[in-house]
Amino acid sequence: MLQAQNLILRGRLDDVSAAIRPGEITAIVGPNGAGKSSLLACLAGLLDPQSGTVQLSGELLADLAPQARAQAIGYLPQSPEVAWDVSVETLVALGRLPWRDRDAASINAALATMELEDLRQRPVSRLSGGERARALMARVLAGQPRWIHADEPLANLDLAHQQALLGVLRAQADAGTGVVMVMHGLAEAMNHADRVLVVLEGQLLADGPPETVLDLATIQRAWGIDARWLGEAGGRALAY
Amino acid sequence: MITRPVALLLLGLAIAFPLTLLAGRVWIDPFASPVPNALVILTELRLPRSVLALVLGAGLGAAGAAMQGYLRNPLADPGLFGIAPGAALGAVLSFWTGLAGTAWLLPLFALLGAGTAMALLSLIAGRSGSALLFTLAGMMIASLTGAMMSLAISLSPTPFAMSEIVTWLMGALSDRSWNDVVIAAPLTLAGIAVLLRTGPALDALTLGEQAARSLGLDPRRLQWLMIGGTGLTVGASVAAAGIIGFVGLIVPHLMRRFTDGRPSQLIVPSALAGALLVLVADSVCRVLPLQSELRLGIALSLLGAPFFLALLLRLRRELV
Repeated sequence: MLQAQNLILRGRLDDVSAAIRPGEITAIVGPNGAGKSSLLACLAGLLDPQSGTVQLSGELLADLAPQARAQAIGYLPQSPEVAWDVSVETLVALGRLPWRDRDAASINAALATMELEDLRQRPVSRLSGGERARALMARVLAGQPRWIHADEPLANLDLAHQQALLGVLRAQADAGTGVVMVMHGLAEAMNHADRVLVVLEGQLLADGPPETVLDLATIQRAWGIDARWLGEAGGRALAY
Repeated sequence: MITRPVALLLLGLAIAFPLTLLAGRVWIDPFASPVPNALVILTELRLPRSVLALVLGAGLGAAGAAMQGYLRNPLADPGLFGIAPGAALGAVLSFWTGLAGTAWLLPLFALLGAGTAMALLSLIAGRSGSALLFTLAGMMIASLTGAMMSLAISLSPTPFAMSEIVTWLMGALSDRSWNDVVIAAPLTLAGIAVLLRTGPALDALTLGEQAARSLGLDPRRLQWLMIGGTGLTVGASVAAAGIIGFVGLIVPHLMRRFTDGRPSQLIVPSALAGALLVLVADSVCRVLPLQSELRLGIALSLLGAPFFLALLLRLRRELV
């Protein structure tokens, strides 16, 4: 269980509390500047709130040694930065840094899961945006974390690869991993998340299963648009 | 792990080192009849000088590699942190006060200067561990010490002191003795050992600061290692030889293509290549038929500036 209590981060988060369960996909949604990424970073132990705590399985995240925290939580930042022109395999192997090894089995499994085996030796500079996004996700998977925190993992992917990644994350969740991701697409959150946190102006506006939380009144309040849901459960689309 | 470039560099050093001992104003041909005073020239002049070239070159190469990894920038140079100008200011003050003539005092002043710059750097950059703040603090210290150095030169008590300072600042390994080796070698080797410990953290930084922290990087620890490692290597180098620029910039750049791109894999090859570059450049300075010996610092800058320009032009092409 990942438990945030009364998180306050000046100008970004205003008294946010949430308990996030392993084995589920939790989506953090909200308009631009609402504090989604800050909340995710706090939940990953990468931002220290001015007050409030985050507990991982009953232990204060702030008290965990950086290495232990890194082994437990894999974090995928929003920016696809890779400073040096390393190969895909070397990039994915960076995910083993928390374990201080280069375990070939974990690296190969991550490459296979993200369908990158053919690109293994290719330098990052010669990848397309989508390939790079997949390689960066493979880097997170290579660390075999118990929690995956991803900041807009779908952003650079085409539709097919979005579906494939959501499938991968679902498989991870089914295997017991806690998946928390910031996303913009409300339809993806509606169709694929088990739980949705709506953040608005640094506060938690709603928290619960997507069908309850993403109702038209909440969407109107948070995004200021009049929208309606089309289709059936599991394959919904948002029209506006 | 001994990779192929490392093995080749070791081989290059094994060949170049004995050759540089033979080259100079007086050529020593091991197969001809002995030159008068050959033993003294070898053991008291050339050997300490070549050892110093190896050690300082290795330190500057390693510091450059770590610095580029830390700042995630192929144009970063160990000079950026203001440690080299700090050390130079210390040395200039020893000339200014007339204490430079006393054995040990010049390097001691230089090391104190480097230490002060390091302390200031950690004080200003504080506990945030942010590379940006750190770089800006380094640039501020560099410009402050630069201004103080100019002030010291302009207020030189005698024209002799002024010319001493200016000549010394150009950087050279001429007339160095075992005393300089005894001061510089342990500090530089300790610095390289510290820099080698930054490897995994620098690798993590490849993915940016936040991702690196998520991989277990402790930014404050890394900052301390960087200050300590570059402070020791660069401080010792300035103390023993004045300012020798561009080694820390060129060498990691040349070696990067022979690694898998991870900064951790670049430190050892850069140390070896830095040693080779300074060793060879110093020998070339020694044998050039000029009226007075070309200063090593000037020679490397003459070599480095066009290299830097070529690098910039290539970056510009990539940006377009």
